[in-house]
Amino acid sequence: MIELAREVRRSYALVERNFNLIKRYIGWEIVFLVYTVVNTLTIAFIGVNPATGGGGDRVLYLVVGALLWGFLSVLFHEVAESVQWERWEGTIEYSFMAPMKRLSYLGGVCLFAATYGAVRTVVVMLAVVSLFKLDLGNANLGAALVVLLLSSLSFIGVGLMAAVLPLLSPEKGSQAAHILEAAILLVSGVYYDVSVLPGWLQPLSRLSPATYTLRAARAALLRNASLRDIGGDLVLLLAIGVVLIPLGLRVFNWGELHAMRTGKLKRSG
Amino acid sequence: METALECIGARKVFYVKKEARPKTKPSAEWGASPGEGGANGSGGDAALPGAIAGRPAKAGAGEHGSADIPSNGGAGGRANGSANGPPNGRFRGRSAFSRAMATLFPRSVPVQAVSGVTFNVRRGEIFGILGPNGSGKSTLIRLISTLLLPDEGEIRVFGHDVVRERFAVRRLINRVSVEAAFFKKLSAMENLSYAARLYDVDIREARKTAISILKRLGLGESKVYEPLEDLSRGMQQKVAVARALLTSPVLLLLDEPTTGLDPVSKREVQDYVLEVREGHDTTVILTTHDMQEADRLCDRVAVIDQGRFVALDTPAHLKADLARDGEAATLEDVFFALTGKALKESHPGEGD
Ligand SMILES: Nc1ncnc2c1ncn2[C@@H]1O[C@H](COP(=O)(O)OP(=O)(O)OP(=O)(O)O)[C@@H](O)[C@H]1O
Ligand SMILES: [Mg+2]
Repeated sequence: MIELAREVRRSYALVERNFNLIKRYIGWEIVFLVYTVVNTLTIAFIGVNPATGGGGDRVLYLVVGALLWGFLSVLFHEVAESVQWERWEGTIEYSFMAPMKRLSYLGGVCLFAATYGAVRTVVVMLAVVSLFKLDLGNANLGAALVVLLLSSLSFIGVGLMAAVLPLLSPEKGSQAAHILEAAILLVSGVYYDVSVLPGWLQPLSRLSPATYTLRAARAALLRNASLRDIGGDLVLLLAIGVVLIPLGLRVFNWGELHAMRTGKLKRSG
Repeated sequence: METALECIGARKVFYVKKEARPKTKPSAEWGASPGEGGANGSGGDAALPGAIAGRPAKAGAGEHGSADIPSNGGAGGRANGSANGPPNGRFRGRSAFSRAMATLFPRSVPVQAVSGVTFNVRRGEIFGILGPNGSGKSTLIRLISTLLLPDEGEIRVFGHDVVRERFAVRRLINRVSVEAAFFKKLSAMENLSYAARLYDVDIREARKTAISILKRLGLGESKVYEPLEDLSRGMQQKVAVARALLTSPVLLLLDEPTTGLDPVSKREVQDYVLEVREGHDTTVILTTHDMQEADRLCDRVAVIDQGRFVALDTPAHLKADLARDGEAATLEDVFFALTGKALKESHPGEGD
């Protein structure tokens, strides 16, 4: 019990550190927030553009995609890039040498990622709401929130799997994580229904947790679906999280041992 | 006397990728640059997606990336470089296929970094490790600090095995590396708070201790709140020493702690190491290229060359063994005599 409290305190180290870093990189923080806001607004405008058959639910349809993708990709990034980032800074050996369970380290990273992603998403959401009249008459906000929570779990799981890549290959690991992210964006129906994808891509869309997230979130926000209606997707999201998080931790530990065996944590000095 | 560290036949081999190099000596037109170009390119690429996806730190880190990556991304970068660098005919005699294979799957060659090292360190001792660049000092320190797994042999810190009881060992040790491993945009205090939290040291106590250690090392309080990147290398190194001591390690691993420090700062750090040993019952393992420092601080010194200990004794004995015809020897003489090549040949070592 005491040990557990210690580990929780230790994981707070990561949260505090990352928020301190945000303060120090505040200029970039603002730049990227503005970029994300503008990007989301641009996508929303596609929804009202008559030439592309705009109107009706389309704005909300697109905005839901943009916001969810914004949140999930931040989550994925923060987790997946945690190792690579420490490597850039040169702190990785120091952090990994601390008498701390890897679970607490990664838990801290995830906690920060979720908080940070939520704050950013709220800011973007406020910007969208101030410019567009979104009709939330048919929205089940509670159900949407449950979707968000469960999909966070599964995305943390995917992020953990990706976080190990820089440990396996210092040079190419991070690139691979970006490719994975791009692939998820393509197949998950963020801005369109997955049925428009060519047949050979459809099976991939079934592998991505984002597919279920978006389907369930749209059902809740556009068609007032109840928890029961989207129960199938929720169970799937939960299952993906429950499988991927422990698996991700295992893979991460294995990757760390591999790095310690081959000298890939750090070389110079 | 209690044993702080037992190292029995420790061995570490790295497999480094052999670069796909042309047989002929590269000419100046492109020979010098492909490595750097490739490495920098990958640094830039790595930063780019980050910039789009929206993490400021990544763009910032990208700056570091391009500065940092060449050191560990060098092999990959150079492989890239040779893939698109050499004009036709450079690889005469090798088929395009075998060239492509060599680029895609570079052959690995073994590098014996530490080859069978055995020694003990007594509790409260300051134990020095001297050796030329690339002789395996840092690798040995990393093996002790649970950052590398030994291929063979056993290392125990106060009876705890560094592989099987990694967690217990980590509680007992801390390490100062030659390069300052910090979040460079964060202040010294923010970095030290991070360290204190990782080790679950009371944060308020830690802040007070940190300031007093830094004062003791000659770093004023005003510097403590500035981003570390604005501090000189010597100042950063002092912060690194403070960080290691914040967690009250019983075994302190110092990998070239005074490299790059001016003579006064060097003295301050050395005095502090002596003080810590007296006051806190700390055992110290120290690597250095400064023979006077080794002479002054170390109770015993090991000289390592090509991964092997070639001598291990007190500085006084080492010097006495070499002194002949009443002519006194310095530790530097000992170093030259034992490593043999100091002034004759240059080291082919790849020590980064
Ligand atoms: N992570 C690694 N991967 C591959 N090779 C490595 C790694 N670390 C060290 N080496 C190699 O092992 C050998 C010993 O390196 P090490 O860094 O231990 O030397 P050192 O004695 O600390 O040198 P210096 O005085 O320059 O710091 C060198 O040939 C080096 O290139
Ligand atoms: Mg070294």
